[in-house]
Amino acid sequence: MNCPKDLKYTSEHEWVSLDGNTALVGITDYAQDQLGDIVFVELPEEEETIDQGDTFGVVESTKSVSDLYVPLSGKILETNDPLLDNPGILNEDPYGDGWMIKVELSNPDEIKELLEAEAYEQLIKEEGA
Amino acid sequence: MTAREGPGKRGMIFAEPTIFERGAPGREGFSLAQSEVPLHDPAKEIDASLLRSEAALLPEVSELDVLRHFTRLSQWNYSIDTGFYPLGSCTMKYNPRVNEEVARMSGWAKLHPHQPQSTLQGALELMYLLQKFLAQISGMDAASLQPAAGAQGEFAGLLMIRAYLQDQGNARTKVLIPDSAHGTNPASCAACGYEVVTLKSGAQGILTPEVVAQAMDEEVAALMITNPNTLGLFETHMAEIAKIVHDKGGLVYCDGANLNAIVGKARVGDMGVDVLHFNLHKTFTTPHGGGGPGAGPVAVKKILEPYLPNPVVMRREDSFAFDFDRPKSVGRVKAFYGNFGMFVRAYTYIREMGAVGLREVAERAVLNANYLRKKLEKFFHLAYPQTCMHECVFSDKKQSAYGIKTLNIAKRMMDYGYHPPTIYFPLIVAGAMMMEPTETESLQTLDRFIWSMEQIAKECETSPETVKAAPHVPKVRRLDEVKAAREPKYIYKAKG
Repeated sequence: MNCPKDLKYTSEHEWVSLDGNTALVGITDYAQDQLGDIVFVELPEEEETIDQGDTFGVVESTKSVSDLYVPLSGKILETNDPLLDNPGILNEDPYGDGWMIKVELSNPDEIKELLEAEAYEQLIKEEGA
Repeated sequence: MTAREGPGKRGMIFAEPTIFERGAPGREGFSLAQSEVPLHDPAKEIDASLLRSEAALLPEVSELDVLRHFTRLSQWNYSIDTGFYPLGSCTMKYNPRVNEEVARMSGWAKLHPHQPQSTLQGALELMYLLQKFLAQISGMDAASLQPAAGAQGEFAGLLMIRAYLQDQGNARTKVLIPDSAHGTNPASCAACGYEVVTLKSGAQGILTPEVVAQAMDEEVAALMITNPNTLGLFETHMAEIAKIVHDKGGLVYCDGANLNAIVGKARVGDMGVDVLHFNLHKTFTTPHGGGGPGAGPVAVKKILEPYLPNPVVMRREDSFAFDFDRPKSVGRVKAFYGNFGMFVRAYTYIREMGAVGLREVAERAVLNANYLRKKLEKFFHLAYPQTCMHECVFSDKKQSAYGIKTLNIAKRMMDYGYHPPTIYFPLIVAGAMMMEPTETESLQTLDRFIWSMEQIAKECETSPETVKAAPHVPKVRRLDEVKAAREPKYIYKAKG
């Protein structure tokens, strides 16, 4: 399963790409593979303030419905609205066009709670075992 | 006209157009007597914005057209009356015909809910006795038959918990639910305004007292647990867990969807449960899966009795009556008195089986599930290898090496003539296939099914493409579920 080294991860299978004080958030390749064909996505409103651990959206596949958890607190600058009409992008390109929200961080200290690629790979290995 | 080319044209079974595509302009399937009420001009009585300007495009068909259309569709159904239906957690067992015989007696079937109670005494007595039976079977003190389905029973149960805690001074904010719970449990909590805290099952697939103790505090209104759980495992720490919850002032809700495994053998009331819902359409053989309606009575301990939905049936000295004089009741949860026809069937079933018979239900349901488990574990990965209750959960782990997923296996089962099991649930088993044979299947049926599953396991290795492209035999082939979900069409549009 593909886990780019330059990203950070959560145990709930979100990835985070940091750029200064902002972060892009999406779901991992492993997550999209486990979910199967994604058929519906719900994203938050732009400008909304979100706290770490809250749910910021929902992905639904033909198998199940899953909540998405906020990896880092902050304000939503932008949401990837094309996903709403074309949720299949999440399956095709989870780390690229499949990004979900762009967050302005309010508490960058939380970054150190995220997982590095190796730790996340270990986690999914255990989950699949 | 109906014998078109394409899927569905096989022997004497034809493809069936929609009812809108049948018939012809002007064809009528009814004749009404001259009305004695003078005609009114709607335009004079109803606001113009509420009147349609064009006639509704209703089908114009004869009685025979309608009869054939729906009879044909009914012949396409797969049902427990036509084949084995191992749909986990749904308890698709045989619905004895005597239930139908009794429910059709005119004394039940032709009652009107507005009849005076003095003319409903037989029906009230049946409801009163069914309340008693259900309470006795589950080790509870009182019951209401009103909820129309399991999820509504959950909702009613949580409303009662909330009202009770409110009377103690604090309705609290959270409900604890294990990750092996039915999907309706968190939804019912949300509908009652509670926040859900998910508890992780232990390595053995059951909830441990430590996990509950850690999560339990004075803001927790209740623990909502399914026993046996959706892995088909008995929650052995139930009594200890209930004590932990009670010590902090919370209550224990048990989802009774899997009662079939313990009916007559163990009573959840003895394990510290305060509220339980029953699915009459599972354990008590009322129709299920489109043949409904459902019925989800709730039973409670003494402390919650005042909160039961209104009305309950009470016994007076020489008669039975609806009791509405219950000021603490959470109120009605269903119009009239619940799905009465289902009460007649469930009552009949309980009386037919008797105490000994019901105990055998649980014994044989568990025996059948374990027979499947032992025979199939050679071919399919078993998520939790220990002895199970009424159902067991396999996965696609062994077959994934050949690129086969659970969905493919489920589709292939249709080619062998079986309704697929519950798949991708419970969520804690990746690629889950949850099978519940129930007690009403014979050894021959199970052996035939096991043989079929063995063939499918072999095909996964030798001809995976056959499995991936399944089903091949049914009238309708592989449906594009993804497209249907991504681009749903909700409205029928007439052709041309």
